[in-house]
Amino acid sequence: MTMSAGAAPPIAAEIETLPDGRGSTKSERVGSGWGRRIMTGLAVLIYLWLFAPLLWIILFTFNDSKSRFNISWDGFTLKNWADPFKDSALTDAFLRSLQVAVISVTAALIMGSLVAIALARYRFTGSKVTEIFLVLPLTTPEIVLGASLYQLFLGRDITLGFSTVVIAHVMFCVSFVALTVKARVRGFDWTLEDAAMDLGAPPWRTFRKVTFPLILPGIVAAALLSFALSLDDYIITDFTKGEFVTFPIRVNNAFRVAFPAQVNVLATMVLVVSVVLLVLTSVRSEKGVTK
Amino acid sequence: MAARTSSDEDKGLRKGKWAPYGLLSPGIIWLLLFFLVPIVILVRASLSSKASRFVDPEFTWDFSNFSTAFSAYGTEFVRSFVYAGIATALAIMIGYPLAYWIVTQGGRWRNLLIGLVVVPFFTSYLIRTIAWSAILQDSGPANSFAQWLPFTGPDFKLMNEGFTVVGGLTYNFISFMILPIYVSLEKIDFRLTEAAADLYSTPWQAFRKVVLPLSMPGVFAGSLLVFIPAAGDYLNARYLGNPNTTMIGTVVQNKFLVQFDYPVAAALSLVLMAIITALVLLYSKFLGTEGLAV
Repeated sequence: MTMSAGAAPPIAAEIETLPDGRGSTKSERVGSGWGRRIMTGLAVLIYLWLFAPLLWIILFTFNDSKSRFNISWDGFTLKNWADPFKDSALTDAFLRSLQVAVISVTAALIMGSLVAIALARYRFTGSKVTEIFLVLPLTTPEIVLGASLYQLFLGRDITLGFSTVVIAHVMFCVSFVALTVKARVRGFDWTLEDAAMDLGAPPWRTFRKVTFPLILPGIVAAALLSFALSLDDYIITDFTKGEFVTFPIRVNNAFRVAFPAQVNVLATMVLVVSVVLLVLTSVRSEKGVTK
Repeated sequence: MAARTSSDEDKGLRKGKWAPYGLLSPGIIWLLLFFLVPIVILVRASLSSKASRFVDPEFTWDFSNFSTAFSAYGTEFVRSFVYAGIATALAIMIGYPLAYWIVTQGGRWRNLLIGLVVVPFFTSYLIRTIAWSAILQDSGPANSFAQWLPFTGPDFKLMNEGFTVVGGLTYNFISFMILPIYVSLEKIDFRLTEAAADLYSTPWQAFRKVVLPLSMPGVFAGSLLVFIPAAGDYLNARYLGNPNTTMIGTVVQNKFLVQFDYPVAAALSLVLMAIITALVLLYSKFLGTEGLAV
């Protein structure tokens, strides 16, 4: 999503930063009686709506589909899970997507975190402009980002493919990482570094033992979310892909002729892994808070 | 977050000479090369003469591309902004009550409840959209149920209508609305509503005069974050709509990647970007950039 990053949620970053328990004292159960019940009923309906496509996707991993389109229920089976990589074109596209995501996210994490540290830690001329400049890629519609990169590569006679897709993904992830990490280190007390150095720690050790552990939760959150953004991206990839086919592109291209159950299986795998990682990292950061 | 309001001075913030620029340069140079430069190239392309099969577009200050963009695709522009606007309004109407419910009723389950909002967005956006098209398909149970309702009829269809596209846009981008609203509601000290009640306000007055104004930054941020991707989207229109629900994204994508009519396509995307950037700058003038970077 760049948020543009269209799809994916910038925002889960916030989940971990919620100050635990702080709310419970000041906001105990506002409202009462019927109003509350109606609100709760409404909330349940909204959650159902949010999860409806997910339930459909998971349910149809068990569909014994008789047609090439896995969209109407033909009976229960486990065969799709027994053979999740049956569709080799789909699997290849999936692996290529993972590859793009790993490379782009790594590059974006390094560059984005450095930008975040610079903004959070130093006062310098141009920091305001830099902040606005960082937001712009995320507030530019994906289609404009894609189209402009397309024109750039076309004009320079650069063949579209793996590397141009990575360049594009790094671009929207850098902004995203920088802003997410910056939000996390905003309140950081930089005098801790002075304290470490006063105690005789050399700069590298200070960074490794003090600065890095403090910015790590932000980096982890940014990594998870930008990985999801990259894996999921359709629009920008559409413009920069050339003949290169990622997972979403493959699903779209194949949709005219087939929609195999393996799409659902792979999507469910991604979902399960992300939820597990999300839970693990938030549990860890909660532990970190209580320590 | 409330604890982080103390001033910069006591946090040991550095006054940098060269170090910050060194830290910034890799990321910023990347963005200059692959965000700013391409946009400039897009501007150039939008002012170029229309290419033919044998002639490359030539830069000629040709503003006619912009008038072509408006005259030929005005409908799609208007439709995109109307759809995106309705989707944004719906996202507020659905997202605000949910965020409010989580903050006020969530108790110790708050983190879990807000986490659940994000979970759907870890499956591919495209596959979720296809999932909706399967759920709402003409032969499906959802459609039969909708036809059975009193105010519809046997001809009523959930799929491939304007409202299906709007529904898809709302669904796909609603987490961008819920999370900023949640963040702003979560900062509010709800004892203020007790204070309001002590001063003889009704619960509704307390909400309208105290809670709502304090949560408006979240609503504004969320609105931008939903409106922007919704206005430029073409996947929802492709999978949930019909030829009469084409959005401007569809036209731009088609002109660039199918018809190779770059000048007009560039003009179209720049107009879209200009309108949205104006909204963003207006927003950041009044509310800063922090809220957008959730």
